[in-house]
Amino acid sequence: MNLEIILHAGLATGTILLFAAIGEIFAERAGILNLGVEGMMLLGAMAGFSTSLATNNAWLGLVTAVLAGGVLSLAHGLVTIHFQADQVVSGLSLTFLGTGLALVFGEGLTGQTPPLIPSFDIPGLAAIPFIGPVFFENHSLLVYVGYLFTPLAWYYINRTRPGMHLRAVGEKPSAADTMGINVYRLRYFYVFVGGCLAGLAGATISLAVSPGWYSDQTTSGQGWIAVGLVIFAQWDPLKAALGGYLFGALRRGILDLQGPALLLGMTNPLYINSNFSFFLKMTPYILTILALVLGSRAAMKKRLGAPAALGVPYIRGERGL
Amino acid sequence: MSETPYAVEMKDIVIRFPGVLANDHVNLTLKQGEIHALLGENGAGKSTLMNALAGLYKPASGIMRVFGETVNFNSPKDAIARGIGMVHQHFMLVPTQTVTENILLGLNEPRFFMKLAEYDQKILALQDQFGLRVDPTAKVWQLSVGEQQRVEILKTLYRGAQILIMDEPTAVLAPQEIDELMKTMRSMVDQGKSIIFISHKLHEVTAVADRVTVLRKGKVTAEGHSMEGLTKRDLARLMVGRGVIFAVEKKPQEPGDVVLSVKDVEAENDKGVPALRKLSLEVRAGEILGIAAIAGNGQSELAEVVTGLRPCTGSVKINGKEVANKPPIVAIKQGMAHVPEDRTGVGSAPNMTITENTIMKCYRENPIGNGWSINFTNARQRARTLKEKYDILAPSVRTMARKLSGGNLQKVILAREISAQPQLMVAVQPTRGLDVGAIESIQTLLLEQREAGTAVLLISEEMEELLALSDRIAVISDGRIMGIVDADKADINEIGLMMTGTAVPAKSMEAAG
Ligand SMILES: Nc1ncnc2c1ncn2[C@@H]1O[C@H](COP(=O)(O)OP(=O)(O)OP(=O)(O)O)[C@@H](O)[C@H]1O
Ligand SMILES: [Mg+2]
Repeated sequence: MNLEIILHAGLATGTILLFAAIGEIFAERAGILNLGVEGMMLLGAMAGFSTSLATNNAWLGLVTAVLAGGVLSLAHGLVTIHFQADQVVSGLSLTFLGTGLALVFGEGLTGQTPPLIPSFDIPGLAAIPFIGPVFFENHSLLVYVGYLFTPLAWYYINRTRPGMHLRAVGEKPSAADTMGINVYRLRYFYVFVGGCLAGLAGATISLAVSPGWYSDQTTSGQGWIAVGLVIFAQWDPLKAALGGYLFGALRRGILDLQGPALLLGMTNPLYINSNFSFFLKMTPYILTILALVLGSRAAMKKRLGAPAALGVPYIRGERGL
Repeated sequence: MSETPYAVEMKDIVIRFPGVLANDHVNLTLKQGEIHALLGENGAGKSTLMNALAGLYKPASGIMRVFGETVNFNSPKDAIARGIGMVHQHFMLVPTQTVTENILLGLNEPRFFMKLAEYDQKILALQDQFGLRVDPTAKVWQLSVGEQQRVEILKTLYRGAQILIMDEPTAVLAPQEIDELMKTMRSMVDQGKSIIFISHKLHEVTAVADRVTVLRKGKVTAEGHSMEGLTKRDLARLMVGRGVIFAVEKKPQEPGDVVLSVKDVEAENDKGVPALRKLSLEVRAGEILGIAAIAGNGQSELAEVVTGLRPCTGSVKINGKEVANKPPIVAIKQGMAHVPEDRTGVGSAPNMTITENTIMKCYRENPIGNGWSINFTNARQRARTLKEKYDILAPSVRTMARKLSGGNLQKVILAREISAQPQLMVAVQPTRGLDVGAIESIQTLLLEQREAGTAVLLISEEMEELLALSDRIAVISDGRIMGIVDADKADINEIGLMMTGTAVPAKSMEAAG
């Protein structure tokens, strides 16, 4: 068990959750709950992978993945913003739609090797002991993008004018409307942003962090974890990134516990039989649920958290919000 | 024709909602530099007309001119650009954002980075100009309603509004705050602005308005009438279409046994600060005990403690049975009825029908329910009877509660509570925001309850209402009883002093409790 390796892997796989969760934060901050993250991610992963394969260009693959997630999310926008249908139902359907499309178009992609997004060291920083090898050595470009993107997303939401409008639309759409903000347009826009980021998260899997196409095992439920992470993070990008990295590290750490290898100098007490390893594989998911329960209780006490108009369609003149 | 064009001209405005003709060929003119009152019963169409002027609704037909130019608003942005600002009946503020953020909402300036500190200064300067004080860095949820309203006014002034629409700005304000608002309005008019002022409080209208337009059921009954010589009575007649008695009649009557007894009660408010401090009082059958207090001095918490909605220490007995810290059903079984302050959040279920809202207290018993299922035929029949008896105006008993006007919703709540034949009624701000006609009927209902032998705890911020309805008035300040006076011997100045926490060694006072 090597802490350096675990943390390094945690940052890499955590980047997937980071993009997906921050994308969902944008949508939810605007008042639209999108449970279709898993579907958008899988579609993004497939679209990125196959485009990169077909064009021999990983960058084109990346762009396609982002657009695929974004375009799919517009379906959710149309249903929930324009037709004011139930957001939970529409989001769930979106997952089925995205997963279905990805599996059909992803037929036969398994085992192929397209060009990937490059990995590299950050010169200078990589030389710092411990920090260097964990944060700045042999990571995919997308991991470094994640480092920069997180604080920027936080700053955008909390400290800029468009960010203020975003928050207003999710907290009190009627107030935004009476001040001349186009509530519908903004909500569409941020649902689209969320979709694009979910697509990016998909490409982060298939073209960077754990490259390949393994049909629905590619995302293996990480879209759902991202949705949960948003609540745990109380709609804050910084906490979402932190949670994503922690979850990534946890998954990698558990991998180590599954083998019969030596653990801190003694034989692994958790290893009983290789057939029982699925119990250990469950642990990160169980921990996610625990963290969610504890996190949301703390949030409730402090009255932090959910945007007031989350999940509620806005209709001008209707009493209430 | 005239040398100075009107600030606003609205001609033949028609606005429809599904099943409702809210504005039926309405005309309204606003002169530059005047305060123009817009009156009408609940649901007459005042807010609808003003929402059209603010760019929220598009009239089906009609012409609008602003400073002589014909306008056609597609969004509130267009109206704001023409110098129109509206303070809405229900505040349009984002609670989680600061005062400055709320004021800047929707503007293109600042372009990208917020630079809040810089704008805080600008807003302080604007506050100086109009004498509207509020901390620009505070979050809106931390503010009192009076302060929130100042933010709403500052929002319009910051955009350089020349025409201000104020939709019932005084409904939620305490008397001192109303005086201040009137001053602000006059100062704004002095600086060349024009104001449309909506209120149900006719004395405010006679005090401040230059002209008046009255709506009744979507039609104009008085168009730009000069206020000169008009009395409250004339205005009421124009609004309601009949004479209104301003003083309901209270018959002399001996109170019976003690129904509600509150002893040494202490409770905290939502912020965890003590709100009630060793408070004791009694209400007898056939008596109305009024509670006079400045907003936020524990009166809301008192109502919640008695109705079982807030934990406390001490004892609360209804007909001798302890109900403190027990679920509300215990008090309800002792004959407690509650007309809460928050009509849509506590008093009714807005997305349920009138029928469903009226059976919420009796669905357990025959003939409405048998414990398992609800007989909706009987329920609707009962709702129809109540609708008739309490004169509730609505298309049918299947209408959803949220579609009702304020006065009619309050009548639904009272119908439900009174039909349970209560022994104790807790009524909090029962006439807030209602028109003169509705106030008259609600007050009459309360007096009928008194005559029927119900003990009534009446919490109100309207001093006139307290004096007219109560037998005794308990004055509360900072969670303590400052004194209890007989309503017919009460001295308003004395009560006012006690409300601010000054002890008055008066002759008309009895011992508390
Ligand atoms: N969004 C809406 N959809 C349907 N009907 C509406 C809507 N808004 C208002 N109405 C109806 O239009 C009529 C006029 O309502 P409006 O709110 O303008 O009355 P008001 O004069 O402002 O009353 P109040 O004094 O209670 O504020 C009422 O019958 C109301 O039920
Ligand atoms: Mg109104």
